[in-house]
Amino acid sequence: MYKIVKQQRLNSAVVSIEVEAPYVARKCEPGQFVIVRVDPDGERIPLTIADFDRAGNTITLIYQELGYSTKRLSTKAVGDELQDVAGPLGQAAELRKTAKVLGIGGGVGAAPLYPQLKKLADLGSQVDVILGGRSAELVILANEFRAFARQVTIATDDGSLGLKGTVVDALLRKVRDENYNRVIAIGPLPMMRAVVEHTKRLEIPTMVSLNPIMIDGTGMCGGCRVTVGGATKFACVDGPDFDGFQVNFDECIRRQLMYRQQERRFEQEHPCRIGWEGTKSC
Amino acid sequence: MLNPALVKERMPEQDPELRNKNFSEVALGYTPRQAAAEAKRCLNCKNAKCVAGCPVNVPIPQFIEQVAAGDFSAAYRIIAEQNALPAICGRVCPQESQCEGACVRGLKGEPVAIGALERFVADQFLEGSPAGNPAPERKAQKVAVVGSGPAGLTCAGELARQGYGVTIFEALHQPGGVLMYGIPEFRLPKALVQKELDKLRLMGVTFQLNVIAGKSITIDELFEQGFQAVFIGSGAGLPKFMGIPGENLNGVYSANEFLTRSNLMKSYDPASPTPIFVGEKVAVVGGGNVAMDAARTAKRLGAAEVSIIYRRGEAELPARKAEIHHAREEGIRFQLLTNPLRILGENGWVTGIECVAMELGPPDSSGRRSPVPQAGSEQVTKVDTVIVAIGQSPNPLISQSAQGLAVQRWGGIVVNKETMATSKHGVYAGGDAVTGAATVISAMGAGKKAAKAIAEYLALAESVS
Repeated sequence: MYKIVKQQRLNSAVVSIEVEAPYVARKCEPGQFVIVRVDPDGERIPLTIADFDRAGNTITLIYQELGYSTKRLSTKAVGDELQDVAGPLGQAAELRKTAKVLGIGGGVGAAPLYPQLKKLADLGSQVDVILGGRSAELVILANEFRAFARQVTIATDDGSLGLKGTVVDALLRKVRDENYNRVIAIGPLPMMRAVVEHTKRLEIPTMVSLNPIMIDGTGMCGGCRVTVGGATKFACVDGPDFDGFQVNFDECIRRQLMYRQQERRFEQEHPCRIGWEGTKSC
Repeated sequence: MLNPALVKERMPEQDPELRNKNFSEVALGYTPRQAAAEAKRCLNCKNAKCVAGCPVNVPIPQFIEQVAAGDFSAAYRIIAEQNALPAICGRVCPQESQCEGACVRGLKGEPVAIGALERFVADQFLEGSPAGNPAPERKAQKVAVVGSGPAGLTCAGELARQGYGVTIFEALHQPGGVLMYGIPEFRLPKALVQKELDKLRLMGVTFQLNVIAGKSITIDELFEQGFQAVFIGSGAGLPKFMGIPGENLNGVYSANEFLTRSNLMKSYDPASPTPIFVGEKVAVVGGGNVAMDAARTAKRLGAAEVSIIYRRGEAELPARKAEIHHAREEGIRFQLLTNPLRILGENGWVTGIECVAMELGPPDSSGRRSPVPQAGSEQVTKVDTVIVAIGQSPNPLISQSAQGLAVQRWGGIVVNKETMATSKHGVYAGGDAVTGAATVISAMGAGKKAAKAIAEYLALAESVS
């Protein structure tokens, strides 16, 4: 039912798939996400929608192989079907024409950033983009952003592409000559926290997208609770986009690590089910 | 020949010390001999009060009479005529406050074990039984049912039986609602829920999974797709938290999350990739059936010590007596007249819970004596997991997205109590989405009432067109 119609490896850890999901493709908006299950009895994985094709009934998901379930996802090929794709979930990002917008995407965070910036550009906003990664290989979607962005700046930790440094270094350089009305930053939590530290000081309103641990994605489990402006919010129904100045990032980072040990243990105990480990017995 | 025994036939149960380490069903069910003996305790009252006490009006004396006569198949047909999910109701209904609460035998001694008998009869016919009553001729009109919990399944079953085309839209990957994600295996085996779902499929009901009403499709779009009526049975899935410091620490769960991980995602099985964290010492806050389920699940998952923390007293515990009894037998501790003030943590993880002792004061607006904190009685207990089981509200996704659907301030959908019709034309609702968290059987009663009104509405619509 949820057939993979296209698959492309973007780098050693990031894969893009286009999946048939008519209910989602018909209604989804930038900022929203889906819950995917790869197999029967699989885990429910939240993935932000990177792109959609309403006429073709498909959505594009770009994910990083981080744990057992995302690695399982990579064992599926074009023509295979995923067990479940549910959505669209979460609130659509509030996107209005804005004079000057700066998008910041760290690693695979460039994927959820893409539809938001594309829509802002379509609305007539001037869009600049900073993409970051540890090395050149880990920077994704640069050409896709170039299709509508005025400037695409790349920063890599090792200097293998663009500036040598972090997205924050690039941000500080950009704001020297430009007055941005809005920043949208999506990437790892420490990156978003670092961006917000500076944009707060610079007084540039900044939206971030959170991707906490969740099960149902419909407000039922409360596992995805985050503190925003001192109040508890459920990222699945109140977000996933929030005012970055209000987010308690330290709490988010802590909650993100809740199952780290268990997940590592599970992966070690079940390598054979990940496929690429081949014929190991279990 | 009447059985004069003052007490019920005791249903065999797994030994508490064995069962608190496994997820197999606790209560094992009557043998045919026991069922016949218990059935003979029924006085077969002419004016049967038990029937009035049943939200779906099962003809109780009539089915029990057949059990006493040994005709289990006849007994099953009598139940199935009124109750679409007897194997489930026989297990999870609060009989003590419904049918059995009204039983005349209960005036002197114990009431007839109506629930146990219903379960016995239903279990005889789980394998390959006729789907109750197959649809006669198919009608052209289609009904959309939102949510596949007890309310939705009952409404769908009733309408399918009358020949309407019924499609159930379910947000999760599994149909069954709270029967699958909420109530644990040891109280309601999931294979049994699957069999009930299969019966509906045989009756022509179709399921659309992973469709979140209000997000994937709106109520208005369901009408555009050709459904002529909609029943909303989306339940009360939004967990309440206490609003005390420390509730976002790692190790604090809503009961919904804890139970969903274990039941729906099978975290109790080491082969399931969905993790669950169970510490050594677990505190479950709340005194209802959900709290009992969470506590007993935590024990089974290996917690050394599990306590229920409840702010009122024993008499006020909202859970069924049988569940409280089972929990105690399994080693769950009860800290009654105790209220949490804050959850303490270190390095982001729960390390303790500070509580205050309570005393019951004068009755509040709900008629229950309201608990008053005792100053100076604050105490910290060391725990590493806290499960919050203080209730759920209706999920707002549908009401937020449906134009013209009137909703109470606390989230419940407003309905006409006779017909379950909402403020929106052709849209009906029932179960926890209307009442807030209640019981499986009251949701089924609402689903049944709505099905009747929907059938009348559709018949009228057809006669006009």
